[in-house]
Amino acid sequence: MTEDTDHDGRVWLGTPAFPEAARTALADTRLRHNLRHATTTIRTKRLDATGEVPHWEELREAGAAIKRRTARHLATYLEQLEASVTAAGGTVHWAADATDANRIVARLVRAAGGPDTERHEVVKVKSMATQEIGLNEALAAAGITAYETDLAELIVQLGEDRPSHILVPAIHRNRAEIREIFAERMGEWGRAAPDDLTDDPKALAEAARLHLREKFLTTRVAISGANFAAADTGTIAVVESEGNGRMCLTLPETLITVMGIEKVVPTFTDLEVFLQLLPRSSTGERMNPYTSLWTGVTPGDGPQDFHLILLDNGRTDVLKDTVGRQALACIRCSACLNVCPVYERTGGHAYGSVYPGPIGAVLTPQLAGVRRAASLPFASTLCGACYEACPVKIDIPEILVHLRAKAVEAKRDGRALPTPEALAMKAAATVLDSPGLLAVAQRAGAAGGRLLGGRGGRIRRLPGPLAGWSATRDTPAPPRESFRTWWRAHREER
Amino acid sequence: MRSGGTDGGAGEDRPATDSRSAVLARVRTAVSDVPSDETPDDVPVPRTYRRTVAPGDTVGLFAARVADYRATVVRCAPEDVAGTVAALLERRGARRVVVPEGFPPEFLTRTDADLVGDRPPLSVRRLASVDGTLTTATVAVAETGTIVLDTGPGQGRRALSLLPDYHLCVVRAEQIVPDVPEALARLEPHRPLTFISGPSATSDIELQRVEGVHGPRTLDVVLVVADTSGANP
Ligand code: SF4
Repeated sequence: MTEDTDHDGRVWLGTPAFPEAARTALADTRLRHNLRHATTTIRTKRLDATGEVPHWEELREAGAAIKRRTARHLATYLEQLEASVTAAGGTVHWAADATDANRIVARLVRAAGGPDTERHEVVKVKSMATQEIGLNEALAAAGITAYETDLAELIVQLGEDRPSHILVPAIHRNRAEIREIFAERMGEWGRAAPDDLTDDPKALAEAARLHLREKFLTTRVAISGANFAAADTGTIAVVESEGNGRMCLTLPETLITVMGIEKVVPTFTDLEVFLQLLPRSSTGERMNPYTSLWTGVTPGDGPQDFHLILLDNGRTDVLKDTVGRQALACIRCSACLNVCPVYERTGGHAYGSVYPGPIGAVLTPQLAGVRRAASLPFASTLCGACYEACPVKIDIPEILVHLRAKAVEAKRDGRALPTPEALAMKAAATVLDSPGLLAVAQRAGAAGGRLLGGRGGRIRRLPGPLAGWSATRDTPAPPRESFRTWWRAHREER
Repeated sequence: MRSGGTDGGAGEDRPATDSRSAVLARVRTAVSDVPSDETPDDVPVPRTYRRTVAPGDTVGLFAARVADYRATVVRCAPEDVAGTVAALLERRGARRVVVPEGFPPEFLTRTDADLVGDRPPLSVRRLASVDGTLTTATVAVAETGTIVLDTGPGQGRRALSLLPDYHLCVVRAEQIVPDVPEALARLEPHRPLTFISGPSATSDIELQRVEGVHGPRTLDVVLVVADTSGANP
C-alpha cells in the first residue's frame, strides 16, 4: 500500500507541509498584519458576547454533553434523521467517502437539469464539507460549474486561491486586491463589475450583489452544507449573515445538502443550545443575521426536491479513537483559531488543510491519517487557549499530545513519516519568534531555506543528504519536554 | 494534490444500500467501547442553563437589541399601526410593496403605496423588482433582538422577505419571548423557519461591516404595544 491510497480523497492537504508553508507565510508581513487585526477584533467581540450570558459555562457544558451523547449513539441518531427527513419529503443518501459523495452530487445535478439542458450550473453556499471533498473540482470534471455565493468565497474563487480562515476566508486579501479581482474576473463568470468600481467595501459588496443575483434567479440547483440537523424532526439548520444562504436554500428547484455525519443532534430542542453557542463564539454577535431551519420540503415554498447526503469520509476513523473523537463535536465557530498564537502568525494556508488552526491540527491528521499530516499536531504551543475558547469544550491540547504520541509510534513501526517532527518544531519556533528574531532566524536558516522552500514555498526534490527525506529518512524523535520548556531553552540558545 | 475530485461522476454510483450499510457498520464498530446496554439517556445532558429568566422589560430589551443591529424600531399603539406603516413606507421611498396573504388589512388603510399580493405566486423576477415587503412575525426574541418568520399568515413564503431590498415587520409585544430556548419551544419545527437578526450584513472585506449583500439592506420593525404609557419608556 502506498503512502496515500488508503486515505485518498478525505481531506485536502496542500503541499508543502506546515513547517515550510509557515515559513513562507511568515515572510508575508501583510498577511500577518491582516490576521492579527482580524483575530484580535473578533476575539474582543467574542469575549463581550459570551461574557454577557450569565449561564455561558452551563451552555458549554450542555453543548459538550449533547455532542457526547450523539457520538456514543451516532448510528441511532443517523437512522432516526434519515427516517424524519424521508417522512418530510426529502431523500437521504449515504456517502462513504469523497468520491462517493461527489458522484452522488453530480448525478443529482444532471438529473435536476433535465435531459435537454446542456449547461449545468449550481449555486453554492459556503460549506467546509464540500471543500473537504473537493466537490467544485469534481463537478468541473463532470462538466458542471459551481458558483460560490458567500462574498469571501467568491473573492477566493475568482482570485483562484484558497480560503485562509474558517470565518473570514479572504482575510488575506486587501480591498485594493479585491477590487482588482472583481474588475478582472467577474465578467468571465457572469455579470461583469461596473467600469467605475472603487475599492470601497460598500461598492465591492454592491458589485457582488448584482453579479450574484443573476445566478440566484436563474440557477435550478443549489448546494449547501449544514450546521446542525435534528434527528427527531429532520430539521436542518444553516447559519449565515449575507442572505446568500437564504437565496440558495429557497430559490432553486432542487437543494442538495452535504453534511458530515457528526452534524446530527438528537432533538430540535437541542438547537437552543447551539444557536446560542455558535454566533457568540464565532462572530461575537448575539445572533447572526440569518438562521434558516427547514424540514424536508414544503409545498409551494422553496425547493420541491431536497436531497441530504450523509458523509463519512474518515469521520468513523475519528470516532474510533476514544481520545480523538471529541474533535467531532466541533461546530466550526473558529474561536480556537482566533486565540491561537501559532495561527495568528501563520494564517490558514500554512496548515494545508481545509480545517486550519487548532481544530485543523487535530482534525486533519485524524481524517487524513497521522502519517500524511504528521507535522500538524506539532504546530501548537499547547498553551490551552483553544480549549478555553471552545464553546463545546473540546480538549484540543489533550488530542494534540495524543496525536504526537501516535506520530512517533507510527515512525517506530517503521512507517516513515513524510515530515520529520524535528523540522516541525524548528519551524514552530520560527513561527513564534519575535519579528527581530525572525529576521535572524531567516538569515541563519538561509541554507535550509534554499533547500526546503522554493520561491513559492513549494518543496522541490531535495538535493544531497536530504534527498530521501520525504520518504525514508530516519528522523530524531521529538524532544520529550513540553513545547514551552523546549522553546524557552531553544530561545536562550540564540 | 487535491484528491477525491477527479472522479466527477464518470463511474456508476455504488448501490446506495452498500454505502448506507458500510457507513452504519463503521459507526457501530467505532463505538465498540460504548457498553451495548447503554442508551442515549444514560449520557446525561445538564440543562441547568435553562433558568427561567425573570420577566423583566422584554419589550424594552427587544427594542434595544434590534436597534443594535442598525435596524429601526418604532413603537406604537395598536390604533397607530396603519399610520406608522404609511410613514415608514414613505420615508423609505417604498412605492411598490408586496403584502403576503393574511397580513392584517387594518394596517394598510393609511398608505397610498402600490400593494402587490402574492396570489398567484409572483415570479422571482417580479419579486426582485419591487421596493419592499410587509410582514408580521411568529415570535421574537428579546435577548438577541431576533424576529422569527414561519411562513404563517401575514408572513408569506420565504422569498418574500428575501428578494426585495426593504423589509418592514410588524411585531406585537406579546409575541416577544425572553430567550432562544423559549422561542424554539413556541415554534413548529415542520414549518420553514427564518430567524432574522438585523439586516443582511457582511464583514468579509477587511472586517468592515457592510449592510446588505443579498438580503434586504434595510429592516424596520414596528413594535405594537398595547399600553404605551409610562411603563414602557
Ligand atoms: S474546535 Fe471548538 S473553538 Fe475550534 S472551531 Fe471547533 S467548536 Fe470552535
